[in-house]
Amino acid sequence: MQNIPPASARRPGFQLRRVVNFFYHRPRGLLALLLLAPLLWFGVVYLGSLGALLIQSFFHLDDFTGQVVREFTLQTYGELLSRSNGDIILRTVGMAASVTIAAAILAFPLAYYMARHAPPRLKAALSLAILLPLWSNYLVRVYSWKLILAQEGVLSWFIRLFHLEGLLNLLLSLPSIGGTSLSVSAFGPFLAFLYLWLPYMILPMQAALERVPLSLTEASADLGGRNWATFRWVILPLGFPGVVAGSIFTFSLTLGDFIVPSILGNSSLFIGQVAYIQQGTAGNIPIAAAFTVVPMIIMTFYLIGAKRLGAFDAL
Amino acid sequence: MTEKLPAVEFVHVTRQFEAMRAVDDLSFTVDQGEFFSLLGPSGSGKTTCLRLIAGFDQPNSGSIRLLGQEAASLPPYERNVNTVFQDYALFPHMTVGENVGYSLMLKKTPKQERQKRVEEMLELVQLGGMMQRKPSQLSGGQRQRVALARALINEPQVLLLDEPLGALDLKLRQQMQMELKAIQKRVEITFIFVTHDQEEALTLSDRLAVFNRGKIEQIGVPAEVYERPATAFVADFVGVSNVVDGTLAQALIGSDRSFAIRPEKIHMTDLETPVPPDACSAVGQIQEVLYLGISTRYRVALQGGYLTVVEQNTTSAIPRSGKVQLIWQREHICPLS
Repeated sequence: MQNIPPASARRPGFQLRRVVNFFYHRPRGLLALLLLAPLLWFGVVYLGSLGALLIQSFFHLDDFTGQVVREFTLQTYGELLSRSNGDIILRTVGMAASVTIAAAILAFPLAYYMARHAPPRLKAALSLAILLPLWSNYLVRVYSWKLILAQEGVLSWFIRLFHLEGLLNLLLSLPSIGGTSLSVSAFGPFLAFLYLWLPYMILPMQAALERVPLSLTEASADLGGRNWATFRWVILPLGFPGVVAGSIFTFSLTLGDFIVPSILGNSSLFIGQVAYIQQGTAGNIPIAAAFTVVPMIIMTFYLIGAKRLGAFDAL
Repeated sequence: MTEKLPAVEFVHVTRQFEAMRAVDDLSFTVDQGEFFSLLGPSGSGKTTCLRLIAGFDQPNSGSIRLLGQEAASLPPYERNVNTVFQDYALFPHMTVGENVGYSLMLKKTPKQERQKRVEEMLELVQLGGMMQRKPSQLSGGQRQRVALARALINEPQVLLLDEPLGALDLKLRQQMQMELKAIQKRVEITFIFVTHDQEEALTLSDRLAVFNRGKIEQIGVPAEVYERPATAFVADFVGVSNVVDGTLAQALIGSDRSFAIRPEKIHMTDLETPVPPDACSAVGQIQEVLYLGISTRYRVALQGGYLTVVEQNTTSAIPRSGKVQLIWQREHICPLS
């Protein structure tokens, strides 16, 4: 009887075929091989640096020598909860929350229009218009806002044109958020944040609203629902996961930003600025680390809440 | 007084979409309490008609009256008409009970009464005890019933059903057909049923309208539409039919006017069988035999064309080939317009 060699051996590239066939029968092995690089990246660079950060926050700075004492202590967290630092945290969270709410209110009509009514070409044009600012430099955009909001800036010019100085002065005279001009009041960073993060709110909202079938709105109208009722009982609840998904971006991005409040606003500090100042000039790495842990904890709770509300179904 | 008014009346209704006339100068009436089907292939305008009645769409011209009241420009929420959607359109974030009670909630019906009526409706569609489920936890047939209960709870003048059984498998579909008919008898509401399934339309309807290219080809009771199709389209779309014209028509009835004859009305015999005096006959050659279990379908070649013949398989002797004699009654010939 003639000895027939196996099919694979008769063709060139025999070794490569063996490797390919080996992995064909072991899909998990192939998957592990593919995931090795990203897992190493996430494990070492992301989690590793987070871990280092967390450890540093349990050290403390010796006031006398100005050196970091590498011993476990809760002293730094004690400092974190002092009156003035607590104010910084509350101010930052308050800003993040108001930016998020304002962004949600501004974004919803546009996202709704894009998802349900805009013809395809207009929709593409709107998507482009929303994303276009992200192509320009972030610092340039923030400085532009400083110019727009300055006392002699273009916004003041418009306000004078429409004789709304009274309203502006009323806003600027509000305690603790007012100031001599919009640029140096709390409205400055608020408007800049709102502008910067709005695209991150519109896009997930639009994605969520696009997933609401048209027949559901028709069904609601069919069963007696006027526009408001349909919005209240059908569109809002089904679009809400998109709102929450968008708010994850607007909230966390505001929470960690240190550039906007250092260029605009009334020079009261935000979490990001404190972390920046403390680890740089002051050399107080432990308190900077502790300040960085705050938004992490807030975001952890925020994400747990968002997951409960189904936000990740819309990402 | 209201007994006399038609539930739905179309008067010269036209709906134009850019280049296409989806509904082309239609006039017809649907009586109160009727089970009326709109039958036609996809794109024939039947669904557009339904959407016009529901108020999701407005006609370009013409008048739509509901119980005599002009309704062409009324929004859906101001019409006493409810719809069972093709995809059911159940609200995924609400329970079955909330879905069914939605219209009552909007009307601010007191909670206790709402609860009671939702329970009654769910009993009617045999979904008692399912109130707390979410639509995603239900099977296709159950969702269908929820959609039906939700649309019926308001006791609408007219219930619109847009191919509601299309997504169900055959057995379930037949069962739901029976139930739909029974429910309609019970609630005595006018049902307008859109379907492309001619068998379903024949089974369920009191009357049906056959749609083609935005026009109605024929309106009538099922037996009439089936037995006396008015046009070649109806003869061809509703059931299987021989549409005969030209030389074959000349040979069979002595005129080249086109006519239709149903395959089961033609009897196939051997050549020796005497032809009854008042019947017609022709001789042909069997070309094709299609065994269908309950019956057998033959294609018989005659001079100038073919005829399709269906014989019930009552005996085991099924002729396979050769020359045969075809016999039919003159009354089964339907002249086509």
